[in-house]
This record gives sequence, structure tokens and C-alpha cells, in this order.
Amino acid sequence: MSTLNDCKKACKVKVIKLNAPADLKQRLISFGIMKETLIEVLEYAPAKSTIEVKVGKMRIALRAKEAELIEVEKV
Amino acid sequence: MNQEDIKACPVIANHIKIALVGQPNVGKSMLINSVSNAHLHVGNFSGVTVDKTEVLFDYKDYHFTVVDLPGTYAFTDYTIEERVTHDYLCAEAYDLIINVVDSTSLEKNLQLTAELMSMSKSIVIALNMDDEAQKENIQIDAPYMSELMGIPCVKVSAATKSGIENLLDAVISVKEQEIQEAKLIFSEPVEEEIAVIVRYLRKHKYKAVNSYRNIAINLLKNNKKTYAKLHDDPIWTELQPILIEAAKHVELHHDSDDIKEAFAEEYASFNRGIVAEVVKQEITLEEKTLTEKIDSVLINSYFGIPIFLFFMWGLFQLTFEIGSIPMDWIDAFFGWAGDTIGPTIANDDIRSLVVDGLIAGVGAVVLFVPNIIILFIGIALLESTGYMSRVAFLLDGFFHKFGMHGQSFIPLVTGFGCSIPAYMSARILKNDRDRLLTLFIIGFMSCGARLPVYVLFAGAFFAPEMAGNILFIIYISGAILGLIAAKILKLTAFKGADEPFVMEMPKYRLPSIKLIWHTVLTKTMMYLKKAGTFIAAASILIWFLSNYPHNLLLENEYADKIEKVATEEEKTVLKNKLAEQLLEQSYLGVIGKFSEPIFEPLGFDWKMSVALQTGLAAKEVVVSTLGVLYALGDDVDEENSSLINAISKNISFASAIAFIVVIMIYLPCLAASIVFTREAGHIKYFFYLFGFTSIAAYSLAFIAYNVASFLSH
Ligand SMILES: Nc1nc2c(ncn2[C@@H]2O[C@H](COP(=O)(O)OP(=O)(O)OP(=O)(O)O)[C@@H](O)[C@H]2O)c(=O)[nH]1
Ligand SMILES: [Mg+2]
Repeated sequence: MSTLNDCKKACKVKVIKLNAPADLKQRLISFGIMKETLIEVLEYAPAKSTIEVKVGKMRIALRAKEAELIEVEKV
Repeated sequence: MNQEDIKACPVIANHIKIALVGQPNVGKSMLINSVSNAHLHVGNFSGVTVDKTEVLFDYKDYHFTVVDLPGTYAFTDYTIEERVTHDYLCAEAYDLIINVVDSTSLEKNLQLTAELMSMSKSIVIALNMDDEAQKENIQIDAPYMSELMGIPCVKVSAATKSGIENLLDAVISVKEQEIQEAKLIFSEPVEEEIAVIVRYLRKHKYKAVNSYRNIAINLLKNNKKTYAKLHDDPIWTELQPILIEAAKHVELHHDSDDIKEAFAEEYASFNRGIVAEVVKQEITLEEKTLTEKIDSVLINSYFGIPIFLFFMWGLFQLTFEIGSIPMDWIDAFFGWAGDTIGPTIANDDIRSLVVDGLIAGVGAVVLFVPNIIILFIGIALLESTGYMSRVAFLLDGFFHKFGMHGQSFIPLVTGFGCSIPAYMSARILKNDRDRLLTLFIIGFMSCGARLPVYVLFAGAFFAPEMAGNILFIIYISGAILGLIAAKILKLTAFKGADEPFVMEMPKYRLPSIKLIWHTVLTKTMMYLKKAGTFIAAASILIWFLSNYPHNLLLENEYADKIEKVATEEEKTVLKNKLAEQLLEQSYLGVIGKFSEPIFEPLGFDWKMSVALQTGLAAKEVVVSTLGVLYALGDDVDEENSSLINAISKNISFASAIAFIVVIMIYLPCLAASIVFTREAGHIKYFFYLFGFTSIAAYSLAFIAYNVASFLSH
């Protein structure tokens, strides 16, 4: 099992499951991150604390800790 | 209802009240600006609008009232500003919703639309950013989309003002019609369950305003309101098991035990269907968009932060370098004004009031307009290009270490302009603890009104080529002190778990000159207006307090002495001495002398102590007080009478440093303190802030004073 946080820069993955608590999950969903969504990792902030990903046409910043809650598989 | 509300919504036949709803950063506020002559705040990041604003205008035979609401991703009440929107939509009266969507990112935007569709309200969709869509070769078939969704969809562009009339015409025709049921279609299992519930409601002839289908959807979605309504109805006992079965069925289909997630997926697949039908995008060969290319430099893990620091440094260099050019002219102008107007006034007191009170006080504040303008331009660029969110991204890890949330950066930066909007924009923080913490820290970000003090002191004590660097250091150390304070507060007062950080990064946009010009002009005019009204009044007050009571005894005594001495030089010395003594026994002098012992350990004379105290009303008053006090005190017959010279002559280097430290940290101005208290939600927080900032300012200034004294020996 791998999470979004394990992905390297420029890798493309598909979401399998969101393990986030309810309101974070809601927020991720409203950003378009749900099952089957394709995500691409764009950039890392210093020390990999925060990552920028691309979902559809939208760029989203999230922390490594939140990225860990998103279960993904390679495509 | 108060007077203003009545004015805002006149009860006439052809009046249309519109709620403007959409996800953040889709151009809602800009759309309003382009249909009316309003100047709502527009910026290229999520969470610009944090409170509702009504705007009135006329079109054809109709009076329109448009309510600009904070952007919201979904109806989840995630943050306070989103709650503002949700509460408005559910509780207030309005005729219809304009749902503003970003044409270049339709699928995501429709997610909110789908939720709006189950509200039984008339909706018009504004497909905004049409100009950008065309540039990106995205073609949307708006008529077909209207047909598919059962909602009129109109292409508009708030930036180029195209399609605005079509949008308003669509609004008028929707208003004339009955509410139409939007065509939201779900997957088969959900549709089946909806049918079951509808059949049941029909069988029992349940009376309702909304359609049965709508009720059924809301029941399935677990909508609290609909639940509560039906809960007291006799049919509930039979309905409940049906609902439980239905929910099970839906959840099974989505392989999830969360009905909200299941519905989000339903909406998403509906939207995908719509987008597939109506949007045609010519595939571009470019792999990376322009925004991604810029991002790979600006938020690069190695260069990102240095680049940001360089921008900041550059801004303060410019603030000082370019700002000081017109400053000399302004200084000369007020000097000239004093010299020209002065002799025309016969009465000594009135002349002094005008020249030493009004002109010196207001002049001291207006002097810094060029610096302020450059700072405002910097902030406007940061807000409108999209760089703001990038810096929040870069600094999140760093902020996090100090117990702050990356998104706090947005209110903090706003705080460099003025603390008041900064306190308001802290609403974008989800968690109350984070929000309170940010409210406490905003004051550490020196607002525009404090810039004059810094420029004055930097100019007085440092070489011109260093002054810009000193400004930069002052601002950066303010920010660092803020972070340390945040850490202390987080460890003591605001303990708690960390909030997640998820934030949309907007596209980079080239800001229009007009927008920047307007933002800067409005803010500058506000500053000037304040100088002409509030500061002028304060200067007059300070003049009075520092001129009265008259002491005839002292005046006569000196008049005699001056008679007796022979040389002009000796006379000047005596005159200066008299002025100084008169000032010391004035009301303000007494107040200053009274509080002097408190500030003595920091090396402040009584004039500086008074300036700090008057600065509690507004920070600009600090310089105007110094202006008045030093104009009165000693520049009789002085060749070079500018405030900068007076300061460098009368204040020691160490005292100046301590003074800057106090200005950096102590309580924000009166207006800001009021807003702070309102946003924090309780008066007790004001006292905390007062205690916290006073102690911090005093002790740090004390340290700074002693270190600086030691070093300069
Ligand atoms: N090119 C283009 N840019 C636009 C258009 N409408 C808005 N913008 C830009 O989009 C950004 C967001 O505009 P705002 O009006 O602040 O957005 P908002 O929806 O009010 O955002 P919130 O208040 O945060 O919910 C700004 O940078 C605007 O300049 C448009 O039609 N075309
Ligand atoms: Mg807005």
C-alpha cells in the first residue's frame, strides 16, 4: 500500500481510498480528490513538508501529513 | 430591520435580489464590479471576500441588488467565511442565485453547482473567465449545457466585460418564470431509491412546497433540515425504514459507509457527463502550462525562499530609494507653505496653531505618502498575481514549526498594509485556535501607518544607502518576533492539534494596470483623507495641549533676560530655552513628564513617551506628534528645520532603536483594536492583547536599548 506522500515528483497516481477524518475528507472531495481521481505530483516545498499536486486542472497544496492519508496506486 | 437595510432593499415590483455564489477565486467580486460601479476587493487567491456585501444597480426596468458572498468549495461550513455563505443561502430572502463558475475548470466548479441544484431555487450559471477559456482553446456549448442542466448558462468575462448584458437578460427572464426543476440525474441505484421515496410520498399525499423528487434527494443526502421537517410528521414511522434501506443500497453501490462521499461521487460523475457533452478542448501540444513552468522556478525547493526574500528586500529598497525622491519636494512644499502662510497671520497664537500645529502635524504624515504608495503597490502585486498562495506554500513548513498554519500568511501579509482587513481575513482559517493565534500575531506585521516612523528614524540615523536595508531588517525582524510569539502562544494559550493544510494554488495572472492603479489609489486616498481629517484634528489637539496653559511669569522672566543680553546668538539660546520650558509645563508636557519615569529605562524623553501614547489613537499620529513637538520646541531660527534633523539631533541612537522596537510591537491603533476585539469574539482577548503586546514591547525595547547603548560606546 502506498500513499500520495510516497510519490516522487512528476509521478502520476490514482486515488484508491481516502483515510482522512470526516471534515478533511469532505474538503478533499470538494477539491475533487476522491476515489478514481488522477493526481500528479508537481513540486515539493523545502524539506518535503508540503507538496503541490495537480488534480484535473487545479493545483492543490497539501502537507505531507495530509498526503499520507490518501491511498494511491501507480498508473 | 434598521434604516440602512430598508434603503438597501426597497420593496418595489421589479426588484431583483441576487445571491452570487461560487467557488473561491472564480471572479464573483470582479463580476459585480463590472456590472456596477462598485469597487469590491479583487485578488488572485482563495478567500479574498470574507463577508457579504450588497451592491445596488439598475438595468433596464429593474433594480438589482447583488449580494457578493465569500467563495465556498462545498456546503460543508469548513471555515467561517464559508459558513457566512451557507447561512445566507439557507436563511435569507433572495430571488435567485447566480452561480459563477470558472470556465477553464468546469468540472470542479460544477461540484458546488450540483449542491445548489438541490436547493429548489432559481439558478443562472455565469460561465466566467470566457476570455481565458478562449485563450486555452476551451469551447463550451452554452445553449446545450443550459438544455442538459435545465439551468440557463451564459458565457461572461468579468475582465473584458463581455456577455454581461446576456447574463442580466437571462436573470430577468428566469425571474419572470416559475422555478424550474434543475435536471440532476443520478446513477441507477440512487434513481431507484429516489423513485421509491417519491412513490411513498405521493401515496400519502404529503404536502410540501418543494417537489417530491427534491425532498427525496435531500432525505437520501441526510440533509438535516429536511430530516427535521419530516421527523415530526406521522408518515415518519413508515418512512424511516425505507430510508435506512435506501441508504444501505446507495452505500453498497459506492463501496463506502459515508453517504456524503457517495453523493459527491454521484455529482462528480454527473458533472463528468455534462463536461464530456458540452466542452471541447483542442489538445495543446504543450506538456506544461505556463503556470507550472513559473511554479517550477518560484516554488522550487531550493530557490523558492531566497527568491521570496529577494523580492521583499527589493520592495523595501524601492520604498526607500524611490520614495525619498518626492519626499524632499513634499517637505519643501510644507516648509514653503508654513513660511508663506505664517507671516499673513497677525495673531501669534493662531499663526502657531496653523504653522506648528496643523502644517507640521499633517505635513509630517503626508511626507510619507510616496513610501506608502510603493508598499501598497507591492502588496497589490502580491495579491493579484497569484504569488501570495505560493509564498503560503513555501512558508507552511516553516510556519508549522512555529505552531502557525501556512494559510495564516495571507492575513499576515494583508497586515503589512493595514491591520483591519487583516483581522477580517483571518476568517479563512478553519480552526478557531489558529484564527485567534493569527489575530494575536497580525500586530507584529508592521502596518503601513507605521512605515513613516521607520522611514523617519532610518533616515535620521543611517546613511541613505543603508536605510532601505534597515527597513527590510525592521520588517523581517517584526515577522520573526511574530513567529516566536506564535510559538510561545501555541505552547501556552492555544495548545491543540494541528489543522490540515489544503489550499488551492491559483493560476498566475497578469494583473491589469487598472486594477492595481485602483487598489493603490483607493488606499492612498484613504491615507490622505485620514491625514486631512483625523490627523489634522489630532495635530490641533496636540498643539493645544502643548501650548496651554500659558505661563506669563516665565515669559516675562525670559523677556527680561533676552533684553539684557547683547549678541544675537545669546538671544537665540535664551529663546530656545524659553520654548523648551514652556513646552514642559504645558498640559502635554505634564502628561509626558508624568509618564517619563515609566519610559526612562528605555531611554525615551518625554516627547517620545507622548508620541507613543498618542500613537494608540492611530500610528500616523506618532510622527505628527513628533512633528508638532519638535516644531514647537526648538527650531526657532534654525537653518535646517526638517523633522529628520530634529530627530537625529535630539534622540540618541540607542533610544531610537528602542523606540522602533516599541512601535513594532505595541498595541495596534484604536480602530484596529476594535476590529480585533470583534473578530476575536470577546473583550477579554483585547486585554490579553494589551498585556501581551505591552510586556513584549517593553522588555524587548529594554533589551534593545541596553544592547545598543553598550555597542555605541
Ligand atoms: N482573465 C480573467 N480573469 C478574471 C476574470 N474574472 C476574475 N478574474 C480574476 O480572477 C481573480 C479572482 O477574482 P475575484 O473577483 O477576487 O474572485 P472571487 O470569486 O470574488 O474570489 P473570493 O472572494 O476569494 O471567493 C482575480 O485575479 C481576477 O482578476 C475574467 O473574466 N477573466
Ligand atoms: Mg470575492
